[in-house]
Amino acid sequence: MSELVLHYEVEGANFSAAGEASSAVKRVLSRLGLSDKVVRRASICLYEGEINMVIHASGGVIDVTVFPDRLEMVLKDTGPGIRNLEEAMREGFSTASDSVRDLGFGAGMGLPNMKKYADDITVESEVGVGTTVRMVVRLDG
Amino acid sequence: MTIAQVRDILEARVLSGAELLENEVHSACGSDLMSDVLAFVKDQSVLLTGLLNLQVVRTAEMMDMKCIVFVRGKVPDETILSLAAARGMVVMSTGFRMYNACGRLYAAGLVSLEGVR
Repeated sequence: MSELVLHYEVEGANFSAAGEASSAVKRVLSRLGLSDKVVRRASICLYEGEINMVIHASGGVIDVTVFPDRLEMVLKDTGPGIRNLEEAMREGFSTASDSVRDLGFGAGMGLPNMKKYADDITVESEVGVGTTVRMVVRLDG
Repeated sequence: MTIAQVRDILEARVLSGAELLENEVHSACGSDLMSDVLAFVKDQSVLLTGLLNLQVVRTAEMMDMKCIVFVRGKVPDETILSLAAARGMVVMSTGFRMYNACGRLYAAGLVSLEGVR
């Protein structure tokens, strides 16, 4: 079985549009007949990542590859980078502004939620250069 | 219970998805913090919130939720309603505040996230 590749561009600073890519991916994954749980876990990971791209970076690109046994999701931005990754992975740690908190996010749950629901996650980040998040969700999970 | 029962218990006004009121719901979640809603992967059918923006619908969509209840009489704009309609969700508005709205549903048998009453 050949893999399916999905590519999306995420617009920065457009909070209303945030989640459109995750929504599109979710609908494709559902149509592929994957289990509801796998689709939901992948959607949560992707959506939190997409929100982060909009809140912290000026958008970025999302690539999702569907392999026979797993989903690989890569979110790449050229934003400010994460100064302290260890802190960023901790529940409750956030550098988001009050205006973001008013929107229902920025409570320091984004990366922790992604870590919780991905079977594997790696975050590469360089201050001033950008951040790349790679997540894997197994289809038998 | 059915979504119609949720409407009755909350004395709510249905703003979209009136044709879906007979769908069954089995659990609910009340929060203004969308990341907290996303922190539980279990089935949650109803989202009660005081937050009024498109990300409420997106969050509900990611979680396969069937019904959004805006508390404290809040009424979402047309963009929010049309996205919810496109995703097959019922949207309603209740005059009750969050604590009372959740309490009423819980007392009527709609369980919480943990599935334990």
